[in-house]
Amino acid sequence: MTTQTIAGAGTVAPAPPVQRRRGRGRQALLFLAPFLILYLLFVIGPTIYMLIMSFFDSSLVRPGLGSFTGLGNYIEALSSEDFWSSLWHTIWFTILTTPPLVALAFVFALLADRVGRGRWFFRFAFFVPYLLPSAVMALIWIWIYTPAIGLASDWLTSIGITPPNFLGDPNWAMISVVIATVWWTLGFNFVLYLAGMQDIPRDLYEAASIDGAGPFQQITRITIPMLGRTTTLVAVLQVIASLKIFDQIYLMTTGGPNFSTRTSLLYIYDVSFTDFRTGYGAAVSMLLFVVILIVSFIWLGIVSRQERGV
Amino acid sequence: MSRQQSPVWRPGMSRRNFLQSVLAVTGGLTVASCGTPLGAGLVGSDVAPGTVDYWDLFGGGDGVRMQQMLDRFREEHPELDLQAVTLAWGNPYYTKLSLATLGDQPPDVAVSHLSRVPTFVAAGLLQELLPEDLERYELTAENFSESSWEGCQIDGKTYAIPLDTHPFVLFYNTDICAEAGLLDGDDQLVPLDSEEALVDALTRAKEVSGEWGAVCSLDADTATNWRIFQSLYSQLGGEVLAEDGTEIVLDDDKALQVLDYLKSLSVDNALMPSSVDYGGAVALFASGKAGFYMQGEWEIATFQTAEMPFSMTLFPNVYGGSDYAVQADLHTLVVPMRSGEDQERTDRALTFIQSLLGQSLTWAEGGHVPAWLPVQESAEYQDLHPQSNYAAAADAAVLDPPAWYSGSGSNFEIVMGSAIATVRAGQAEPDVAIAQMHDDLQVLADTAPPV
Repeated sequence: MTTQTIAGAGTVAPAPPVQRRRGRGRQALLFLAPFLILYLLFVIGPTIYMLIMSFFDSSLVRPGLGSFTGLGNYIEALSSEDFWSSLWHTIWFTILTTPPLVALAFVFALLADRVGRGRWFFRFAFFVPYLLPSAVMALIWIWIYTPAIGLASDWLTSIGITPPNFLGDPNWAMISVVIATVWWTLGFNFVLYLAGMQDIPRDLYEAASIDGAGPFQQITRITIPMLGRTTTLVAVLQVIASLKIFDQIYLMTTGGPNFSTRTSLLYIYDVSFTDFRTGYGAAVSMLLFVVILIVSFIWLGIVSRQERGV
Repeated sequence: MSRQQSPVWRPGMSRRNFLQSVLAVTGGLTVASCGTPLGAGLVGSDVAPGTVDYWDLFGGGDGVRMQQMLDRFREEHPELDLQAVTLAWGNPYYTKLSLATLGDQPPDVAVSHLSRVPTFVAAGLLQELLPEDLERYELTAENFSESSWEGCQIDGKTYAIPLDTHPFVLFYNTDICAEAGLLDGDDQLVPLDSEEALVDALTRAKEVSGEWGAVCSLDADTATNWRIFQSLYSQLGGEVLAEDGTEIVLDDDKALQVLDYLKSLSVDNALMPSSVDYGGAVALFASGKAGFYMQGEWEIATFQTAEMPFSMTLFPNVYGGSDYAVQADLHTLVVPMRSGEDQERTDRALTFIQSLLGQSLTWAEGGHVPAWLPVQESAEYQDLHPQSNYAAAADAAVLDPPAWYSGSGSNFEIVMGSAIATVRAGQAEPDVAIAQMHDDLQVLADTAPPV
């Protein structure tokens, strides 16, 4: 209830006297200041610096920006095979992770929502992996995937299957990282879905069952449509998170074997920090930024159409 | 809800006062905190005047040993404070070192791999150590093994003081090798100095261990792939880069010979695993599932802790004949550049470096071959086994070729190691891998140096 009132006040309230609003604006700014200052200092500032740097041949081991190269860095990136293959690996990772992370989160939330007793346990169990730091998660999965002596090979061998070299085979490495990632981050989407489901009025289901709708029909006709916005939110957050993939891959494969899991951020890390070429790294970062921006705009378009439709 | 009319907002005045006082207090704290690293960073002053700031990248057993040496320094020099910082090996370390130096807040002494020193010198990040200063602290050529001292000279100037050489070596399980008949009368490993001798030894060790002849890390570990390749390739006299990395001189025939041999060991004859990561290789050797283990000598501490029967020796001289060669790098101590002449800082740094070198025997217990001759030639070190077994490797050390993109943990090692790994894992043929090396190196060679 409270949320509704506040939202109403913010969006629909008729204009209060101008003077007062100005006064509150100043107050609001003061309260926002700690956030705004840090945001300017650590996000907006560096982003602008990065944009400027992307036009220079800046180096990590030289002070200042270096000499102006115009679009040189961008041209080099766009004509570099490594850039395109790393961008493809990023997109491939996103394609592989997003559907399971949305669909499985939905299915598990649905199951957990149906549990009468001990729902807290399932909610907790699915969310716990998400709380792990990436380093812990990577270590766990490296142990599972270790050839010959790892858990996975052990289990597979005991049921008579020859285990693949999970992290060492270029054909398997990405899939292995994807499986680990799904296990790790599923909890977040799961909680979003569960919250969405609990917001659906129970009388809808009651009415549906009186009208003779079975469980399956209730899911397809009530749950899924009512969760439309949640699904959009989950998908957008997921796509953006997947495009920013770095931690797990850096820790589990360092981009290998033979560069088969080197994503854009790993490429940026390699050129900027290993090769000291921060100017070129900034240009590649800008290109990745544009890709994420485009994806975000597409989703924003979908959301606003959804809202007009509702 | 009309918040603007609510009396709740009257006390907002006091909140504003509160905020103002908070700001005032924080401001005061900032000014008062010039002595803290944050304060010093903000005003650009020395972090702790009169203190030796020292950075290294040693973890594991090395880290423990370095700690002992630092404690000893504190005892010997109570007049000097010491602030020691250990950072993660590889990129994270070198990135922070170069940024701290650029920001004029460098440590007084830092550890650097010798293969990284030329790049830092080219970037002007290291202070030249003047002969007259070095003489006062007895840090002169005659006190260091020749090869290690030579490596630290760039254009006739000294920019680094060698601490040790850490070569690629051969670990062997003494129980397995004894049973396989690979030990001589003095319980030393028989020479394995040809393709056939090594294959024969691995075959016999495999029969005894029941699993593998030897292990050498492969997956997610480009550095080790580079180390084993470079050791064999340099025995053939092969070079990879010339003209400071602007020219690629990779000898296809020699590279093919080495890659064919490595492939035969892991893929064709299955004497070594074709899929194993760093931790896995250590575990296989420590649990007696392999007779040999190939890696840098620093893993000695792991196997001592495991209380297993093992010894160490030179990596086999498969191709070298009379010219033995093996991949290695050196740990050196450098003084990063800081603005302004500061003789006191130089003296502090050299006092500290001298103290560490004096404790080279402690350091050598961790497997590294000491560069400090008074220790290297001492009876104590000669009696230190298995550490002194491979001391000769220091003079046969082959470092990564000089180039801005080369050196320990560099992109050069990533590019070469990735291609080598595909062959050892049986994912690509040697000629394909060599073509890939040429392609990837060419990109780096054609890029304008960022230093």
